[in-house]
Amino acid sequence: MSSKVIHALYDDDEVLLTAVKEVRAADHHIEEIFTPFPVHGLDHAMGLAPTKIAITAFMYGVTGLSFSIWFLYLIMIKDWPQNIGGKPSFSFAENMPAFVPIMFEMTVFFAAHLMVITFYMRSKIWPFQTASNPDPRTTDDKFLMEIAVDGNESELTSLLEKTGAIEITVKENH
Amino acid sequence: MGHYEAPIREPIIVGNKTYHDVTVDVAAPIEGKANRSWWIAFSVALVAMLWGFGAIAYTIGTGIGVWGLNNKINWAWDITNFVWWVGIGHAGTLISAVLLLFRQKWRMGINRSAEAMTIFAVFQAGLFPMIHMGRIWNAFYTLPIPNQLGSLWVNFNSPLLWDVFAISTYLSVSLVFWWTGLLPDFAMIRDRATKPFQKKIYSLLSFGWSGRAKDWQRFEEVSLVLAGLATPLVLSVHTIVSFDFATSVIPGWHSTVYPPYFVAGAVFSGFAMVQTLLLIMRKVSNLEGYITRVHIENMNKVILVTGGIVAVAYGSEFFVGWYTGSSYEDFTYLSWGAATGPYWWAFWALIICNSVIPQLLWFKKIRRNYIWTFIIAIFINIGMWFERFDIIVINLSRGHLPSTWAQFSPTFIDVSIFLGTIGFFFVLFLLYARTFPVIAQAEVKSILKSSGDNYKRAREAGVNLHQAKSNPVVVKKEIVKEEAKVEKTEITTDDNTSKTNNLLDKLGSFDKNTQKADNLKKVKGIGPKMEETLNKIGIFTFAQVSKMTKNEYDLLDSITGSFPGRAERDDWAGQANKLKS
Repeated sequence: MSSKVIHALYDDDEVLLTAVKEVRAADHHIEEIFTPFPVHGLDHAMGLAPTKIAITAFMYGVTGLSFSIWFLYLIMIKDWPQNIGGKPSFSFAENMPAFVPIMFEMTVFFAAHLMVITFYMRSKIWPFQTASNPDPRTTDDKFLMEIAVDGNESELTSLLEKTGAIEITVKENH
Repeated sequence: MGHYEAPIREPIIVGNKTYHDVTVDVAAPIEGKANRSWWIAFSVALVAMLWGFGAIAYTIGTGIGVWGLNNKINWAWDITNFVWWVGIGHAGTLISAVLLLFRQKWRMGINRSAEAMTIFAVFQAGLFPMIHMGRIWNAFYTLPIPNQLGSLWVNFNSPLLWDVFAISTYLSVSLVFWWTGLLPDFAMIRDRATKPFQKKIYSLLSFGWSGRAKDWQRFEEVSLVLAGLATPLVLSVHTIVSFDFATSVIPGWHSTVYPPYFVAGAVFSGFAMVQTLLLIMRKVSNLEGYITRVHIENMNKVILVTGGIVAVAYGSEFFVGWYTGSSYEDFTYLSWGAATGPYWWAFWALIICNSVIPQLLWFKKIRRNYIWTFIIAIFINIGMWFERFDIIVINLSRGHLPSTWAQFSPTFIDVSIFLGTIGFFFVLFLLYARTFPVIAQAEVKSILKSSGDNYKRAREAGVNLHQAKSNPVVVKKEIVKEEAKVEKTEITTDDNTSKTNNLLDKLGSFDKNTQKADNLKKVKGIGPKMEETLNKIGIFTFAQVSKMTKNEYDLLDSITGSFPGRAERDDWAGQANKLKS
């Protein structure tokens, strides 16, 4: 792989979307796109695989539910059954309706927090992480497309110019 | 493309905003200085908060005997305040989660502040059960922690314990939901920050958010799933709060209608508090373009619906109590006995504030009027406090044994703690308003093209606003090595010469032979670099700078291309005017 990349800056999301399609149609690989807000249809246009994070949330939820059932059984039935207002205390199945709120809360707690932690880990965002958007304007109103250069610099530049880029920068990585 | 929205829908972002305008408007309260009224409000809130903390310290040190509780009325202001604050804490998640599932675009302008309000309100709510424990250092007994007492576990059959789990889950999930949404906005502030300290803080807060396409894809999925999880969660929280009462055997509390009725009441009061806060905030922080009449009207409609549900619940409670024919039901908070008994004033405060006054919102003129909305919202805030007071105090004041009947009067400490939590709430909210992006700007930008007034008008006229822009797209090519970045303040393109001339025409030119150059660095916002740039253009004196208006600022920005909006925000002209003399 060559260490050169080209940065094309756009100032409109619709122009960016058509540009992405044109660049991909010309068989260039788009390394990354930085945008200030979620551009709908961009992941599809770039050919990104759908995210599986919702599936992980479901599995975390099941984990939370199982965990709550386990500890409720352990605490309320097995370890120290108590007679509280005459509620059945020697059978989990009979006592279970009183545990539904806790089971629900634990399901939500596990699913929400573990999913968000997964998102942070996968996208590498956490405290003290340094930002890696190449141009600070990409959090304001500009959209930046990064394409690897492989000896086709001039061809790429002219293609990007035609797609409506407002600034094209060739960068040498170390 | 995918930005079509029916013309009949009113625009929800007004003032001809562009993407960059959104950035500038949201960043302005953070980058600017607090004004006098902010400091006054903050000082008052701070004093109230410290006063309340003192009262809490006194309570903990002496015991909860310092409250007005008695044998019969063993819950009063503490639990009233707790339920009131939890209720207020319901609108934020409703706006961010339920309205997201229903694809309501107007939520974007208000969700950030509503969520902030939720989190701050739940803080206040959590305080009351904690201090009501008396020995607050034993608060961890509510957690199922293995211990040496036998092992003594918590009672998972009890709604009070369900509350502990529900509220902590709600608080932590809301916080995470809020923070995840904040990351791109903190990143925006970070990338604009000029002061090193500010940059450091917002870099830390933004968790290194860079806005990659994959990050956004995950971000949207996470938001959707969190909304799906938070929707039943928010309903469960107030349901469980109502179980604290509904599972008891006290007349007036033992009522199966409580869960849906409490949830509706919570949303009702929460939206009233959102209105109270946002009507002020949109003015103070200049956010009229983002929190519009449409937002206010839509929230008023939600208030009308939930207020209607609450009114029906009052009616059914009243009817069922009467229909039983039981004399004990004639003491409950919604009964003829209550309306004419010693607590008649609390009864009528509830009915008037919650069920009579909000009916004014049926009139379109009133629900689209800012002042009327504010007044009605204040009444609802008061009414919903009385609802909880009535449920707790009126129902407890009488019972099956007439010799125990009692009245409640709050002590000085009761009142102080309540005022303290209001102060605490406003301290947090005022700090938030100065340091956080109070509008979810990334999300607002994503709906700008479908719902911005300029874009809607252009679409009607069949114009593409982007292509119709006056200045032609300049393709600038620069070969940059990573190590040696070129500063962007350089004046490069030829296009700028005409703009420069234009600018100097208006400001007057500088003659080196007759005039003396001023030290422009004295103007706050002009550094050595900017001074150099201004000199290059031909601006040397305060007199020239003092003539600058919005037009010239924009022209200047387009020439230098750096710190857009900076000159206007810092009011260079005003500063230069003072320095000139």
